[in-house]
Amino acid sequence: MEILYFAWVRERIGTNCERIDPPADVQDVSGLIDWLATRSPAHAVAFADKSRLRAAIDQRFVGLEDSIAGAREVAIFPPVTGG
Amino acid sequence: MIEVRLQPEPFDAGAELARLDALGGGGVASFTGIVRGDDGLTELMLEHHAQMTLAMMRALAAEALERWDLLGVTLIHRHGSLHPGNPIVFVGTAARHRGAALEACASLIDRLKTQAPFWKRESFADGRSRWVEPRAADDAAAARWLRDER
Repeated sequence: MEILYFAWVRERIGTNCERIDPPADVQDVSGLIDWLATRSPAHAVAFADKSRLRAAIDQRFVGLEDSIAGAREVAIFPPVTGG
Repeated sequence: MIEVRLQPEPFDAGAELARLDALGGGGVASFTGIVRGDDGLTELMLEHHAQMTLAMMRALAAEALERWDLLGVTLIHRHGSLHPGNPIVFVGTAARHRGAALEACASLIDRLKTQAPFWKRESFADGRSRWVEPRAADDAAAARWLRDER
């Protein structure tokens, strides 16, 4: 599974992309974030406040409670600020 | 006509309007967003998702064409490093009647702000920099169009 990071999430973690293989008990985006937070102190800082995070699976916006089953790409980022 | 572009280069709003004018409708509406130099801002850096951002812009343009009686939609968003006074986003709509052109244009810029994956980092003359936080007013403006959905 490919994980993409954007904006301050990317800066805090120090990379824009990583390829990971989460364990089977990680089933939704929220669980994935909790699991990613254990990978390094930088991940823990970036993911400390889940209320500030949004996500997309295979380039569609999803909620943190949505399943990651079958996902090829999960993007994690702050709320968007376009326009 | 549907024209959607995501680009680092500047755009020529006049040329974009002329293309919409040429569609033969009764009205053309447009919005051009320009980088403000508030609080000593020197640079606005726009980050985007390489595939998803353009796909979302195309989806928003297609939805507008479906919802309103339009002859054309142009949506241009820049990314990369921008400076005060630079145009950043262009929304143009052409329609037979003004209502559709005006409503579709307002809806598109409101929805671009909250639904297109862009992130802005501001840098200031004194060396500070910060990521722009979403504004509740932007969410409220975008939600208005969902509420009005017919």
